[in-house]
Amino acid sequence: MKKKINSNTLLLLITIALFCAMYIIGCIIYADKGFTHLQTFLNILINNSGLLCVACGMTCVMLTAGIDISVGSLIAMDCMFLAVGMENWHMSPVVLIPLVLIIGIVFGAVQGFFISYLEIQPFIVTMAGMFFARGMTAMIYSKQISVSSNELFKKLANIKIEFPFGSYVNRKGVEQIPYIRIHVIIALVVLVVVFLMLRYTKFGRSLYAVGGNEQSAIMMGLDVKKTKLKAYILSSFLCSIGGICYCMNTMSGSVQQALGLEMDAIASSVIGGTLLTGGVGNVIGSFFGVLINGTISTLVKTNGKLLSSWSSIAVAALLCFFIVLQSVFAKIKDSKK
Amino acid sequence: MENNVVLTMRGITMTFPGVKALDHVDFTLRKGEIHALMGENGAGKSTLIKCLTGINAFEAGEIHVDGIEGPVVNHSTMDAQKKGIATVYQEVNLCPNLSVAENLFIGREPRTRFGTIDWKTMIRKSQKIMDDLDMNIDVTQNLEEYSLALQQMIAIARAVDMESKVLILDEPTSSLDDNEVEKLFRLMNRLKSQGVGIVFVTHFLEQVYAVCDRITVLRNGQLVGEYLVEELPRVKLVAAMMGKDFDDLAAIKSGETPDFSHAEVLIDAKGLSHRGTIKPFDLEIHKGEVVGLTGLLGSGRSELARVIYGADKNQTGTLKVGGKEAKINAPIDAMNLGMGLLPDDRKAEGIIGDLSVRENIILALQARRGMFKLLPMSKQIEIADQYIDAVQIKTASRESLIKQLSGGNQQKVILARWLATNPDFLILDEPTRGIDVGTKTEIQKLVLKLAGEGKSIMFISSEIDEMLRTCSKLGVMRDGAKVGEITEDLTQEHVMKAIAGGGSNE
Repeated sequence: MKKKINSNTLLLLITIALFCAMYIIGCIIYADKGFTHLQTFLNILINNSGLLCVACGMTCVMLTAGIDISVGSLIAMDCMFLAVGMENWHMSPVVLIPLVLIIGIVFGAVQGFFISYLEIQPFIVTMAGMFFARGMTAMIYSKQISVSSNELFKKLANIKIEFPFGSYVNRKGVEQIPYIRIHVIIALVVLVVVFLMLRYTKFGRSLYAVGGNEQSAIMMGLDVKKTKLKAYILSSFLCSIGGICYCMNTMSGSVQQALGLEMDAIASSVIGGTLLTGGVGNVIGSFFGVLINGTISTLVKTNGKLLSSWSSIAVAALLCFFIVLQSVFAKIKDSKK
Repeated sequence: MENNVVLTMRGITMTFPGVKALDHVDFTLRKGEIHALMGENGAGKSTLIKCLTGINAFEAGEIHVDGIEGPVVNHSTMDAQKKGIATVYQEVNLCPNLSVAENLFIGREPRTRFGTIDWKTMIRKSQKIMDDLDMNIDVTQNLEEYSLALQQMIAIARAVDMESKVLILDEPTSSLDDNEVEKLFRLMNRLKSQGVGIVFVTHFLEQVYAVCDRITVLRNGQLVGEYLVEELPRVKLVAAMMGKDFDDLAAIKSGETPDFSHAEVLIDAKGLSHRGTIKPFDLEIHKGEVVGLTGLLGSGRSELARVIYGADKNQTGTLKVGGKEAKINAPIDAMNLGMGLLPDDRKAEGIIGDLSVRENIILALQARRGMFKLLPMSKQIEIADQYIDAVQIKTASRESLIKQLSGGNQQKVILARWLATNPDFLILDEPTRGIDVGTKTEIQKLVLKLAGEGKSIMFISSEIDEMLRTCSKLGVMRDGAKVGEITEDLTQEHVMKAIAGGGSNE
């Protein structure tokens, strides 16, 4: 039997192609500024490991036709909790990290309960969550704080996983070996696990069913409320893992941290082919969405002369492009019938 | 229980607020039979099904299912499904964004040793199910890639594969074309030969006679009787459903078409049009005349009405109402000139489900008075009662929510809404679609009565015989243009010819 490429796969391919094109153009234009080095790509991963975790969770929630805009604030709260915990309360990350994860689960459970069992709009509930988490961040500590005294956490964060290839010699004559950090590994593991979960578990498929047609999902005997509840717990849990990654990368806590990260996560999911109306999407797409996001800001930074606002404008343009593309595909599909 | 009986319902009773929806209804389903459940709108068919599948709770009576000890009470569709009672509804209850295989198996997917979904087995099994049903479908494709008919069949396949003993098909054919209906019937017959008992709810009489073995007729929440198909000719079935003799229908057919050529002209349209929907047309409607618009679906019948009413802005020509030139830019202008329009999509454009019957009736009247000049309550009640009586709306009270009424009665409420504004000219777009024979006749009678009172009416319908019964003049529509008028020789054959083209009255 011949396989037809359906429009969702095509959208994913377009996203991947766009990323490749963007990256290759970057390599050509900024070859002299070191864009071609493997490390440039790895830095995108290092700087966006937190976002990747969050985007995975966001995709799961968006599959059910929901949204979770509390994630940016939750990251800030996680980072602040970790930083203050280690610096002021002198607690070990061995205790703090599980605590952060538990906070994430509880946070998600409360939001999920309101959304699925009390049937309140996800936007409103998670907006309340957003304000709450941002406020709690300031309650924990109102100033910026750096993680500097905890040796274990510093050691973890500074581990370099080096690549046996792709090294180059810089202008000072020192050989640079490409590396990634441990939080990149964490984020990639999250990506793979969520991918497998969406494809091979009943919960994963239920997310698609709920987003496809909630009424039908009920009729087919799925527990829609429980599925939604789990989706929001998963989102906040993955967000907390993302918070840990984020903290490992920035080594600090601040009230202003991760402002607007939820929008980056939504943008990444949408660019990656997730529909806001639910039922369609995949974390592989979201991964490339995150990469595109990262590539744009790297390109702007590498240029050096452009204002960083240009990256927002570029993301905006891309979002428009993908949303229009999605609706054109939907139209074509309708007209075929 | 008899040997070959799979399902019995005895003395099922349930009341909606103020209305006895089911009154000691019995129903028996045997193995390997297709059993039609018939009745007019509001007779209690859907309610009976819903009692069985656990959506409605019944107050008295017992349900017994073959192989289960003691009386059965279901609390949800899932519950019923577990007991072997599967239901396929008019709307397909599947997920369009999932593959066909998943739609067949979701909720009971085959698992691998590790507890993950076993896609290979799932796809193999699904393909076998589809092949067994002679359906040429790639189960790995998304459901949305297939036509509504195929989706309907897949829904049935899912229900049947869950080893159901009882399969309920609630109006499954209303969105299918003849070919697809044929396929569905073949599937039903195959299931029947496998011993499944099928309950078939439908509006189409000919379908009943094509596949069913037995018919149970309900009327006003009561059991009329259970018949073998061979023993119940069509006319008798209709009579049983309506509770009156068939001659009643014929009675309203007026013998002579009255001559209106000397009557006062109320609506005089010359060259009206709306770009993209309807080409310029002329139309004259006299006082007290019923003018029909006929043509195929999408030929521009509704569009013509919309231009006169101002729902689509007229771009050319002139419109005279009662001899005076009228400018109609929006429906409110038309309303002020004494027009009313009953739209064809009553769910989307007509009823407001969460308002009461009274509120729905006075809506148009209130709109014409303006938002801030509220009708006094006593006046509202007076008007509502007057029209509930006049068009015979069957409702528990004037304060019942309109969504609790049956389709035919909802339609009557909308009709009452426009009558309350006392219009001189009323446009009725498919006023009888989707409602039962009895109510249809009532509405037709009402139209003639209104015309008798001097109101002019434009009647749009897909059913030619109904127009022949009510109209004295027919406008023929084709491809967005008015191509002719028939005033003499109003016969079915003649009208069909005119619609098809090559008519002589161009």
